[in-house]
Amino acid sequence: MKKRWYDYLWIASALYLLLGFFNILFAWLGLICFFLPLLISITTGSKAYCGRYCGRGQLFALLGGRFGLSRQHDVPRWMKSRWFRYGFLLFFLVMFGQMLWNTALVFSGARDLREVVTLLWTFRLPWHWAYHGGASPWAAQFAFGFYSVMLTSTVLGLGTMVLCKPRSWCVYCPMGTMTQLICRAKYHPDAVRQNQA
Amino acid sequence: MGKEKRLARVDRDHCVACGCCVKVCPRGAVQVVRGVFAQVEEALCVGCGKCAKACPASVIGMEAAGQ
Ligand code: SF4
Ligand code: SF4
Ligand code: SF4
Repeated sequence: MKKRWYDYLWIASALYLLLGFFNILFAWLGLICFFLPLLISITTGSKAYCGRYCGRGQLFALLGGRFGLSRQHDVPRWMKSRWFRYGFLLFFLVMFGQMLWNTALVFSGARDLREVVTLLWTFRLPWHWAYHGGASPWAAQFAFGFYSVMLTSTVLGLGTMVLCKPRSWCVYCPMGTMTQLICRAKYHPDAVRQNQA
Repeated sequence: MGKEKRLARVDRDHCVACGCCVKVCPRGAVQVVRGVFAQVEEALCVGCGKCAKACPASVIGMEAAGQ
């Protein structure tokens, strides 16, 4: 199959993770892969983001597929069940809200900037080397928080990539679940039948 | 068994609509319908099983045609 430009977006995803080690403010760019999938599914009612433009999915496919870093096992049944996928989405959103709250606290001056990246919502990793000033404390706090989200989901995804299939992160990816929910809400079986006729 | 034509079939209820199957299908026989579930165009499917292998949720089964 002919490669298109969007088949190389895994490079952007890898670069994003790398840049976070040098200057945390690059983390703000991650908002693109937060809003774009939602925008695409809301406007077009499709998961074109997952199917085409998601660099993270491509990265897992590459590492787990071509590089063979995957056991290629089936995911456990519970992982593809709706309660787990929706539950994980909910948990993810709550954690995201908490991150925004922390940003607000720094913004209001109630708390000082914490230069840490929190992995798996638990482990606080010192990350001060990647912040060189130049932003308001709240903007930096958001960057640390958002990068924590991105790194955490990457680590989870790498874990299930190794244990199960390369793109098993896609089974419980909150963005994937959210965009599918949006598409489901917009879905009318009759309209689809007519389109296909 | 061996010569029987086989087809890919998707368990729609558990499909996560990630599009991995679409990417690997050599015949363009599978599409994600409106971002909700994948669907196999039986006339195009040659039963190679690539989609089933790639599906991260393992919701594609290979079945004998005409069932
Ligand atoms: S499910 Fe998540 S990781 Fe997978 S392609 Fe979609 S947005 Fe990317
Ligand atoms: S079995 Fe092969 S031809 Fe049929 S849908 Fe899957 S990948 Fe395509
Ligand atoms: S790879 Fe599996 S889960 Fe993903 S769209 Fe195809 S059938 Fe659905």
